[in-house]
Amino acid sequence: MSCSATRTASMRTAYGEALVEVGRTNPNVVVLDADLSKATKTSLFAEAFPDRFFNIGIAEQNMTTVAAGLATCGKIPFATSLAVFSTMRACEQVRTSVALTNLNVKIVGFYGGLCTAENGPTHQCIADLGVMRPLPNMTVLAPADAPSCKACVRWAVEHPGPVYLRGLRDGEPVLYDETGPADVSRIQIHREGNDGAILVNGFMLHLALEAADRLAARKIHITVADVITIKPIDQKTLLEIAGNVPCVLSVEEHNVLGGMGSAVAEVLAQKHPLPMRIMGVPDVFSNSGKHSLLLEAAGLTTEKIVENAVELLAAT
Amino acid sequence: MTTVSQPGIKDTTQELARWARLLRYDTLRMISNAASGHPGGCMSMAEILTCLYFHEMKVDPQQPDWLDRDRFILSKGHCAPILYAALARKGYFPVDELRNLRKIGSFLHGHPDISTPGVDMTSGCLGQGLSAAVGMAMAGRIDRRDYRAFVVIGDGEMNEGQLWESAASASHFRLDRIIVVLDFNALQFDGTVHEVSNPGDVRGRWKSLGWNVLEIDGHDIPQILDALRQADECRGRPTIVVAHTIKGKGVPFMEGDYLWHSLMDNDLLTSFVKEMHDELQRDPDGFDADRLW
Repeated sequence: MSCSATRTASMRTAYGEALVEVGRTNPNVVVLDADLSKATKTSLFAEAFPDRFFNIGIAEQNMTTVAAGLATCGKIPFATSLAVFSTMRACEQVRTSVALTNLNVKIVGFYGGLCTAENGPTHQCIADLGVMRPLPNMTVLAPADAPSCKACVRWAVEHPGPVYLRGLRDGEPVLYDETGPADVSRIQIHREGNDGAILVNGFMLHLALEAADRLAARKIHITVADVITIKPIDQKTLLEIAGNVPCVLSVEEHNVLGGMGSAVAEVLAQKHPLPMRIMGVPDVFSNSGKHSLLLEAAGLTTEKIVENAVELLAAT
Repeated sequence: MTTVSQPGIKDTTQELARWARLLRYDTLRMISNAASGHPGGCMSMAEILTCLYFHEMKVDPQQPDWLDRDRFILSKGHCAPILYAALARKGYFPVDELRNLRKIGSFLHGHPDISTPGVDMTSGCLGQGLSAAVGMAMAGRIDRRDYRAFVVIGDGEMNEGQLWESAASASHFRLDRIIVVLDFNALQFDGTVHEVSNPGDVRGRWKSLGWNVLEIDGHDIPQILDALRQADECRGRPTIVVAHTIKGKGVPFMEGDYLWHSLMDNDLLTSFVKEMHDELQRDPDGFDADRLW
């Protein structure tokens, strides 16, 4: 399942390709976009299936409820935009038209986290997971690379009901083999060790794996697990991991409030309390600039992961 | 204004007027029972909804999920009680269920919910109904089904940006199976539509987006039926019927009073409902006692 990152691939392109793939096998798949089809690569689906593609224009609220209308008639719509608009501009429409109705709508938002970097904090999105998670009926997915993004698309088509899929951008290190994880709803274990565990997702996965390698060189062996599905979180695997380690560190490209770390903490605090640290974007808006520099400013680097892991281990 | 004089329509008109009267009764009784709700806007759309459910729409209460049925979305979802009355009287569920409006455990929620038999879309968060109809009409086009999607919107909803996004989409995609009826009673929660937010040239706004715009008296049944017929015949663009109505129509103390958007005085309403019940029972042209409740 897991392979070491020797190359990178575009998650957006993977998404467009996956839509064409599921569109070919399932005639009910339809795709909507809000004037960003060339960025989100829904343009690939538009070329393949022009009759099942709808560019709604820059109107995400409308797009979301239109998708719901399509779903009432048996379609499986993928309503696609940027994370910040899919989940926040259209938040109430997602709640009312999609989550409350429990319709089979897939909400997709690219540029999750800080990866739209130079476009600045207006377009970055560090709150999408926290906004989507408390909506009843909503499943929340945040893949790390191109193959796992494709696996999420295939999974979403097969699982009726509302899904939010958080996409990234381009150049994500490829960490899964071509077919991706067999079941994205399960926590994916990439490294196993009993000294501690890092629960991670999205773009942070490759940093956590690097951190694990550096820790291993210091004879500290930790588990690294990819929490692709944040809701409903895979409690069974999470508790198995927690049962084998003295402490847990979560790492995500999201506000430290309300995201994957919070989801993990909610389970552990109630079922298996143990020392934990949550790494993520501090509760402040970021800046305009290179992605790597924004991550550095947020403290989301391999070095910081190692540092936090060592401190946490020392304290337990 | 559209003028109509069709031979043979008189009987239909009388029959539909009786249904409208019964829906008004059911609605007021439900709101009085629940001691909460929005009577004013229900009264203004009684004839519109009656013409849709008891004349125009192709629906089958025995098969609420029939794929070829016409769809209906009550975008002004706070007027759920009159929709429930119409659905019950059509036979989607027993009239007795109307006693349970807004009560825990009942499927008659404060605002329409897609889980209720006959309700095609959850609504009530204003400005969203037309978007859902756009999706339904797109699906109909993909599947080559010729059903229509009817939407009743309120005038206050024109404050919502999403309504205009969806109005542009319906026209852009040439969704001529969409028929909107605007219940233009000119009053919203906080006052007249002009006091709250400038509605502008309503006809012109829709026309400029490419809609077929008809304008009628929304309490005149022949005019409603004629407008719906014209809308059905229109090809290549969606239709909006701007229906001028009176908020609270049929209830003297409610008519034209924006304060009756919501339930103002339940004692007053309850005594009116009793009077209406007795009148309906006495009415020689009225309904059997067992059809009342």
